Amino acid sequence: MVAMVQGARAASVRSFPVMLKEAVIFAAVSLALALPLVGFHILDKGSTSQLQTRFPEMFFAVFVLFLGKLAMSLLEAGHAKRIAAAAAFLAGLWMVVALLHLVPAGSQVLGWFTWLVLVAVAVRGLILVRSDAADARAAAHDDSGTAAGAVIAKLGTVLGPIFLGIALVAPFYAHMVDDKRMVDLGVLIFTYIMLGWGLNVVVGLAGLLDLGYVAFYAVGAYTYAVFSVKLGLNFWETLPIAGALAASFGILLGFPVLRLRGDYLAIVTLGFGEIIRIILLNWAELAGGAQGIGGIPRPSFFGMAFTANPPDGTTAFHQFFNLEFSPMHRQVYLYYIILLLALITNWFTLRIRKLPIGRAWEALREDETACRALGINPTNTKLTAFAIGAMFGGFAGSFFATRQGFISPESFNFLESAIILAIVVLGGMGSQIGVVFATVVLIGGPEWFRDLEAYRMLAFGGLMVLIMIWKPEGLLAHRDPTVRLHPPGAKPAGAKP
Amino acid sequence: MTAAMAMPVAAAGTVPPLLTVEHLTMRFGGLTAVDDVSFTAQNQHITAIIGPNGAGKTTVFNCLTGFYKPTVGRLTLSPPGAPTMLLEQMEGFRIGQKARVARTFQNIRLFPKMSVLENLVVAQHNKLMRASGFTLAGLFGLPVYRDAEKKAVELARYWLERIGLTRRADENAGNLPYGDQRRLEIVRAMCTEPRLLCLDEPAAGLNPRESAELNELLRFIRDEVKIGVLLIEHDMSVVMKISDHIVVLDYGRKIADGNPEFIRHDAAVIRAYLGEDEDDEIPPVIASDLVKDGRV
Repeated sequence: MVAMVQGARAASVRSFPVMLKEAVIFAAVSLALALPLVGFHILDKGSTSQLQTRFPEMFFAVFVLFLGKLAMSLLEAGHAKRIAAAAAFLAGLWMVVALLHLVPAGSQVLGWFTWLVLVAVAVRGLILVRSDAADARAAAHDDSGTAAGAVIAKLGTVLGPIFLGIALVAPFYAHMVDDKRMVDLGVLIFTYIMLGWGLNVVVGLAGLLDLGYVAFYAVGAYTYAVFSVKLGLNFWETLPIAGALAASFGILLGFPVLRLRGDYLAIVTLGFGEIIRIILLNWAELAGGAQGIGGIPRPSFFGMAFTANPPDGTTAFHQFFNLEFSPMHRQVYLYYIILLLALITNWFTLRIRKLPIGRAWEALREDETACRALGINPTNTKLTAFAIGAMFGGFAGSFFATRQGFISPESFNFLESAIILAIVVLGGMGSQIGVVFATVVLIGGPEWFRDLEAYRMLAFGGLMVLIMIWKPEGLLAHRDPTVRLHPPGAKPAGAKP
Repeated sequence: MTAAMAMPVAAAGTVPPLLTVEHLTMRFGGLTAVDDVSFTAQNQHITAIIGPNGAGKTTVFNCLTGFYKPTVGRLTLSPPGAPTMLLEQMEGFRIGQKARVARTFQNIRLFPKMSVLENLVVAQHNKLMRASGFTLAGLFGLPVYRDAEKKAVELARYWLERIGLTRRADENAGNLPYGDQRRLEIVRAMCTEPRLLCLDEPAAGLNPRESAELNELLRFIRDEVKIGVLLIEHDMSVVMKISDHIVVLDYGRKIADGNPEFIRHDAAVIRAYLGEDEDDEIPPVIASDLVKDGRV
């Protein structure tokens, strides 16, 4: 449909009958598709099944598509503002009606379908209005791009501390209202933010498409599990070991894929992720095989456990601070651990981006051949990217193990890699704040809307498609130079000495 | 620069030439792209390699800069005040790192989404890597690294001023006009502080004014920076004006070698560029030998 819309835009101004004709053809094609998919319905009645027809619903859906197509054409013809506003209003109205539970049970699906079409029309109209405005701006003065970049950069410096402040005090609020789910969600979001930031080094900065990132997460998790269960080391002692081990695995993956680029690299990393998972699945003595490893020690606060009845001779956290025991304490403590780890990852990445190695990563992403001609060692550069990305994955894995208390290969399947990669790509490759944004949308969204059940996955997919159409570079794909000749704010011409 | 230049292998004076190419041959399967080519390039000279399309010019460059490993031949770099190096034995990126032979590409290869200044700072990677203590000193912002970075930016500023791009230093390199991108690629190569600069068709797609600016830049590099420049070029106005020495290739073989005046009147070169009648066809190599014997 997108191609059609774009094709229509190229043809620009058309008369109404032509639009009508197009919409009729569009509706006819939709009808042909909808007839077998929607028109007939097989009702399962125990041993027998019965064929039902749903023609009224089908015709209604096709009619909605017809109107939608017509609206799209009218958008192109220069009525973008009015039609988008009308569609947005109707969509909003439906939302209100639906949220007040005023919709009869039978028309839920058709209603939401209509809503989706309305939203599509509204979004398309918005894009048109925006792009017209952008054209006008570009005509006015040609450095609108830098201006927009400056706005985002300024937003980043303002929003960063605000977000951080919210993140720091959020658990107290959650503790006050005793909402365990909120803290859990926070922990989950920060775990993925950390993973996103770690993968951002490999994918966003160095441009190496890694589909097996979860392997390093698994290495970190199993390192902590094995070292703590078998050797009795605590979380903070194991963390560096887990990082180092994951980094070694990063180098191990890096060596065979040095010469590969793009799709081929992606395939091999995908395989690597599966290899690690299958090894864990079959290594019964060390990794517990499919049963995984249970009874992993939970983290303690300077040796003080978060338990109601600590073993004799030790003090529990709540006893030491004279608090009433609450399982929330451990949740909040976990939250601060992952917040700290994520912030370290962020600090490190922002810092290393401005160092020669970080610039070499980005240069490698842009053009490997040119890098070689400039005497940059591509082998070392790639391997450090893999190692550092993997190290952060390992840290996050250790945290995952101590949080869950139980791990099994189940947790480290390809879907995890795909989600982390989606976070990085949707956020805007190489953008740190983009990762935060994308995580909140991709992880927070489905968790928050858990009540929508199966529909949330549909919405999730739809959202990703929309982002890819609307912002193929990612949500916040702005990149600031790592070093400037003219500091921002100073007048470029005057900066010359 | 007359007789001695025409016979490179014999030209062993007191100071060895900056670059000596001996019997360079590059085969791809059954195809011989470069066939037994020998020439020299002097320091502080602009040496041009010219020839019709498919003559093997870029292949010579790729052998010199480590993108191909030559099938046969020896490539000797004898920079003043540094030990002699055999380029054909070095791994690709080390030619840029250790021998400091820098190059540009026929199709511009900048880092388009990095700023103009970053392009020039990335070129100083190896120097900065050492200064940043292989990242550790840099990570904690030690003054050693900060000073090194400041110096790197100053070098970049120097070259940006030379090509008049100071004002656009913080813009993405990909947003520059074509001519500026060409010159930026050259100064990026200069930021590696090279001993030999290899330029693959730097004037391609430039208008006459930009061409003239390019000539001025190349002369500056030769006369003020005092390094050797090796140049592949189709634009004869550039080649004839600024070259000290020209090597002509055709079908992978060297057909002539000498100063611009010599090349301008060389029969084999004229034949290679303008074509010849089928009846009086002489293999280009023989023709060049004949001509050379007659003249030298």
